[in-house]
Amino acid sequence: MVTRRDIIKTAGAGAAAAVWPTALFAKPDSEARFVLVILRGAADGLSIAAPYGDGNYPGVRGELALPSPRRADGLLKLDGMFGLHPSLAGVYEEYEKKQALIVHAIASPYRERSHFDGQDVLENGGSGAGLLRDGWLNRALAPLGNSPGNEKAIAMAINTPLVLRGENSVTSWAPSQLPDAEESTIQRLQDLYADDEFFATRLMQALKSQEIASDELSMQPTRGRSRNAEQVRNMMAATARFLSADDGPRIAVLEADGWDTHQNQGTTAGSLANRLAGLDGALTALRDGLGSTWSNTVVAVVTEFGRTVHVNGTRGTDHGTATAAILLGGAVSGGRVLADWPGLAKSDLYEGRDLMPTADTRSLFKGILADHLGVPDAMLERSIFPDSAGAKQMKDLIRA
Amino acid sequence: MKEATVIATNRFGLGARPGDFDIVDRNPQAWLLDQLQGPSRTPGDIRELPHSSTVLTDVQALRREERQRKKSPDNDNPDVTSVEKYGQVARGHFMDQVAARYRTATASDYPFYERLVHFWSNHFAISADQQPLPTITGLFENEAIRPHVAGKFADMLIAAEQHPAMILFLDNQRSIGPNSQFGKRANRRNKDRTIGLNENLAREILELHTLGVNGGYTQEDVTTFAKVITGWSIGGTNENGRFAEGEQGTFEFRESFHEPGKKTILGKSYRQREVDQGEAVLRDLAVHPSTAKFLATKLARHFVADEPPAELVGKLSATYLESDGDLSVVYQALVQADEPWREIHAKYKTPHEFVVSTFRAFNRVPDDARFIVRALELMGQTTFRPGSPEGWPDTAEQWGGADGLYKRIEWCNTVARVVGSKARPVELGDAVLGPGMSMTTRKSIARAENGVQGLTLLLASPEFQRR
Repeated sequence: MVTRRDIIKTAGAGAAAAVWPTALFAKPDSEARFVLVILRGAADGLSIAAPYGDGNYPGVRGELALPSPRRADGLLKLDGMFGLHPSLAGVYEEYEKKQALIVHAIASPYRERSHFDGQDVLENGGSGAGLLRDGWLNRALAPLGNSPGNEKAIAMAINTPLVLRGENSVTSWAPSQLPDAEESTIQRLQDLYADDEFFATRLMQALKSQEIASDELSMQPTRGRSRNAEQVRNMMAATARFLSADDGPRIAVLEADGWDTHQNQGTTAGSLANRLAGLDGALTALRDGLGSTWSNTVVAVVTEFGRTVHVNGTRGTDHGTATAAILLGGAVSGGRVLADWPGLAKSDLYEGRDLMPTADTRSLFKGILADHLGVPDAMLERSIFPDSAGAKQMKDLIRA
Repeated sequence: MKEATVIATNRFGLGARPGDFDIVDRNPQAWLLDQLQGPSRTPGDIRELPHSSTVLTDVQALRREERQRKKSPDNDNPDVTSVEKYGQVARGHFMDQVAARYRTATASDYPFYERLVHFWSNHFAISADQQPLPTITGLFENEAIRPHVAGKFADMLIAAEQHPAMILFLDNQRSIGPNSQFGKRANRRNKDRTIGLNENLAREILELHTLGVNGGYTQEDVTTFAKVITGWSIGGTNENGRFAEGEQGTFEFRESFHEPGKKTILGKSYRQREVDQGEAVLRDLAVHPSTAKFLATKLARHFVADEPPAELVGKLSATYLESDGDLSVVYQALVQADEPWREIHAKYKTPHEFVVSTFRAFNRVPDDARFIVRALELMGQTTFRPGSPEGWPDTAEQWGGADGLYKRIEWCNTVARVVGSKARPVELGDAVLGPGMSMTTRKSIARAENGVQGLTLLLASPEFQRR
């Protein structure tokens, strides 16, 4: 009897051998795991890690200012300047173990305020919106021994986000509630798709993902995009499973939306606090699910841009510029906040309204790709992040 | 049979029903253009839906009831019935609207017109994520979009921006001019809390509905435009029991929220007063060259190819400007151009298009709308919930994930089981793909173990997954 496993093997073998000259590059550390979490909607960096030590903070943030670490329900103290949002208790645990760090006043090179263009730049890795049609993380797969049938990266989503789209083959997975088609139907579909590369490749990838995901994970309910805390947590648990599988992917991308807090953003409680708590629970689930693999893992949590420093007319914040990024995992050299702090006085703000960017998301990504995944510098500067000479690679993010 | 027949039916229309090809084949272009008049009456399923003002009035009353209950002294005896009642009522409206949308799309003899309704409602996308939006998003499509799809773009633009669903979705009912009567009073009274502008609607109108993101506007244009449309609100009492003026649940211009004075946008000054000022700006935006190019590109991408031919975009854009944004003139130029007819199966269907074309192939819609909602959710295109005002994407690159295809296959198999083994998949393939069906697909279906498998193979075939 032909099992689904056999079908995958046959389908993968020929295609995989033919396509990629994987031997051209130095062999990367095959044990390194990387998870990119994209918070869509522009998460408020001044709430993720609040600069309570900046004398202007309480004044400019008004009713959205978070209470100081001295208060019982206040910020979780990172250092004399910054405090982590109290909903991020799991991240704080890692911070205390020196396995998490915050990069503050960070932004992509994008300087307008459209979500869609902002996400485009964050994900395409170029210097502007629409300049590149594929994603930086896809381009970074070339030296990692990636090939059709042996995909190194997975989108934990029904639809692959831009950051993973491009020439290099990637896979995707999301839970389902429908019964599988019969083996013989799948086999016939593989024959039917043989002449059509678009369909043939995707079916092969999907079948491999089905192998790794257990039925139990597959039956979890889902929505088109992960919104509530439980869904994000379940997706993270599934991510851990994919990243732990013997011949599974080593890189995963997850998305969470609902960060566009134009109104009633809240402080230690409220809509943003709930979102952050959901994120925190998901990150903790990933850590627990990875077990000992956590020590080889880096998770980067980023968003397209930040929000206005001042509160708007509806107790929320509008689209801004610089924000905060979270880096965590056993491979992270953490326990610190990286920030060339620009200040919050009116004259310090970008266009008089936003946190001024002093760090570039591309610098962060370069540092991770180089020191964690072993991507050669020349590729980082040329093809993965073109026109990024101004965004110097961040050093020492990863534990030596 | 002409290849153009397949393109007209499956790419411009919503997919063939058995028998459709015979009618379309006489003259595919004429078949499309004749539809632009639209049906003489609004389709029955849609006519039966209540108006959004009625729905909003009802659901807001329920929400007020709930708020009152929360405030009342004996709420330590929680009575959950009002929450349950609200949920039931809201779900009922949502499902009725989904059912009407898919029934209409399946049964329509004007599938090109119906496709245009879906196209424009996605252009003016509202995501029904928060209450009360799920109760009126389908109504938005029928009230603000449907009447204008073959008319002037300016009329659709104004209808969309003034619809309560859009105002609620992009927070404009909360945007208050800092120098308006209400803004000045509130800020005098409470110095800690600033009452003021919310830029959301203004920004998305410029970026997504008219000029496009590189259309030549600045942050200052956004802020000024936000001031222009302060006061664009919804009439009647809100869920907090405030603001009584105006007719409940309909567009209301609240003078007391409106930032007074003349304003300059894109270098032009607007001296109109009250609601006229915003409408004047919208009418200018509607016929701006950037808008023409943005809309022409989206139309060409939808009807021709993911990479729309530049020459065609130029032609459609010029036609748009010459006709003052008359959409039916633009569609005519599109249908009569060469580009759409050069390649069959040029587009990968979105899950929505795939589901609708499947329903049409069987001439059958599930009785229970929950089945439709779940299917689309599973394939990544939850009905009325694109998640952002940008709407759903329109390229194979964005829909072509491995998991997305696998979910489609699972659904094909599920549908095939429901439809049953009596189906004749080869005949059905001929009836809905015509000369578009490849020999490989034909053979594969013919050799299937049984009818259910044959149907699965037909629906999952590359030809049926494309349009």
